Amino acid sequence: MSEVKASANSLMQARVAKGPRDPWAVLRWTLLAMGAIVMVMPIIYMLSASIKYPFEMYDLNIIPKEPTFENYTYVLSDGRFLRWFGNSFLIATLTTISAVFFDALVGYALCKFQFRGRTFVFIAILSTLMIPTEMLVIPWYLMSKTFGWLDSYWGIMFPGVMTAFGTFLMKQFFETVPDDFLEAARIDGLNEFQIWWSVALPLVTPALSALAIFVFLGNWTAFLWPLIVTNSQDLYTLPVGLTTFSVEQAVEWELIMTGAALATIPTLIVFLLFQRYIIRGVAMAGLKG
Amino acid sequence: MATVSLRNLTKAYGKTRVLHGLNLEIGDGEFVVFVGPSGCGKSTTLRMIAGLEEVSGGEISIGGQVVNHLEPKDRDIAMVFQNYAIYPHMTVRKNIGFGLRRAKMPKADKEKRIEEVGAMLSMTEYLDRKPAQLSGGQRQRVAIGRAMVRDPAVFLFDEPLSNLDAQLRSQMRLEIKKLHQRVNTTIIFVTHDQVEAMTMADRIVIMKDGHIQQVGTPAEVFHKPANIFVAQFIGAPSMNLLEGRAKGQGVEVAGRKIARATGVAEGAAVTVGIRPDDLLVTEEAGSFEGRITVLEPLGSETLAYVDIGGQEVVARADGRNPPALGAVVQLSVAPENLHLFGADGKAIR
Ligand SMILES: Nc1ncnc2c1ncn2[C@@H]1O[C@H](COP(=O)(O)OP(=O)(O)OP(=O)(O)O)[C@@H](O)[C@H]1O
Ligand SMILES: [Mg+2]
Repeated sequence: MSEVKASANSLMQARVAKGPRDPWAVLRWTLLAMGAIVMVMPIIYMLSASIKYPFEMYDLNIIPKEPTFENYTYVLSDGRFLRWFGNSFLIATLTTISAVFFDALVGYALCKFQFRGRTFVFIAILSTLMIPTEMLVIPWYLMSKTFGWLDSYWGIMFPGVMTAFGTFLMKQFFETVPDDFLEAARIDGLNEFQIWWSVALPLVTPALSALAIFVFLGNWTAFLWPLIVTNSQDLYTLPVGLTTFSVEQAVEWELIMTGAALATIPTLIVFLLFQRYIIRGVAMAGLKG
Repeated sequence: MATVSLRNLTKAYGKTRVLHGLNLEIGDGEFVVFVGPSGCGKSTTLRMIAGLEEVSGGEISIGGQVVNHLEPKDRDIAMVFQNYAIYPHMTVRKNIGFGLRRAKMPKADKEKRIEEVGAMLSMTEYLDRKPAQLSGGQRQRVAIGRAMVRDPAVFLFDEPLSNLDAQLRSQMRLEIKKLHQRVNTTIIFVTHDQVEAMTMADRIVIMKDGHIQQVGTPAEVFHKPANIFVAQFIGAPSMNLLEGRAKGQGVEVAGRKIARATGVAEGAAVTVGIRPDDLLVTEEAGSFEGRITVLEPLGSETLAYVDIGGQEVVARADGRNPPALGAVVQLSVAPENLHLFGADGKAIR
């Protein structure tokens, strides 16, 4: 026990002693601290603003003089907010499931099957990565108009049901899955879909989780396309809806900040849910040690 | 259990031909080992039998039925891979039970079968572990268990022991052999290790460059190699090869007539093969005389590298009283232990 303490002490001393002697450490820590502040400040400000009364809004103090949860009660009892929250959640969840499913399916096929035109398909998918969303909204809009998808859930979702980036990511990850696994399963009598589902997919869970987080966040925060494709308030997603808090009468920043604070909760949950799968690298454990 | 036959089996990847017409009959319950240097087509052959590679030409039949166009799962085979390929996300029990997914039997019977296989491989206490918590040898046993559980007609092994350390390898070698004696299923085993081949096989198939060089029992390929390649490949240290020439009714090597040979054209080149084990360093006058250049003590015996007229040979000397380095010694070999090969490399009988 005392030994442990002693070593902990000497460790701390070593750290303290090392600090001033290493000028680079000062620079390193300063840069890191600045980075952290830049990242964290807006979040802290958002949380602080969400518990302020309007009169305090433009004071930059972080801890309000009169903290209140009224904003939360107001926002949560406003039917519109819950509706938008629900819309966003539904859309982000469905797109995530769909994108992860199809990206993994296509990525697997592109990686593990030999067929004519494989390289062409892969390059075609990759090349769409180079076109920014802002340029795609016009063809998307025209498409939605032609097919009658304007102002509908499907209209909001369809561009994201499969992603080029995810396909690329999954293809790269499937490269790390040795063919022996698939062949063993083939001999054991699984069909190709079962092999993909019950052998290949479990081996790339880290990639699946990363992709799921990525797609969910992308859709949860998407603004431009949902704004363009929707008309009726009932179909607004949360980011679109939150902006209308400001257009109605005056800008009600405290409500926007409260909404934004609430909006971070699902992303946190999704992240916490999936990140442990990312950390665990399972793919190689079944092979030679 | 089943017979396996290959008839004129060929394989080509595009224009590259890797197998050139293999013919082989494997008996029911036989343990056959394919052996050969890297790239000779052993894995390709095995994978074609398994149905993982398409057949370019010829026929494969298992149990009398041509299987060229059958899916792997319909061939009643099981395969163990070099790197085990057991599923890391499943427990040992699940891994072993995986092959039973399609079997139409009650769940309790499946459980019982898994337990049985687990016990047979002494893995009972590890059944609920994940592969990451097992040693290399245990993982390999799981892979074997997964293959066994279905009770297939043929087992296919592709270098299953090459990732294990030497000690574990010889232990697993023994276990696989015992397993074969117990279940008596036809086994086709691929390796590039001739010791593995010699110790385990009922019959050895020696391959080179997509051709079968010889098929025979371990004793046959050792004592009656069909050609120079087989003679050198089987046995360690490798067989000595000496260049000789047919003269009269015999063969002359380094100026001495050492063997009788009939039916060889006068003056034709003949290669004489002598296993180091058969070439003894003696006191009396022997077949050759030479100077010792290197000594390798192995305990019970000593290997002596001897220079005879410009050709180096390995001979066996006593372990207790080895000859001195640089000494000029006599080497003797019994005539029946000489192997003669013609200019085409084939054995002269
Ligand atoms: N997909 C492929 N395309 C082209 N050539 C191939 C392919 N697979 C194997 N080959 C060639 O076929 C030959 C036989 O390969 P194979 O894997 O059967 O060798 P092997 O005897 O198993 O060797 P090793 O002991 O190294 O495993 C090799 O020359 C190899 O280069
Ligand atoms: Mg091989």
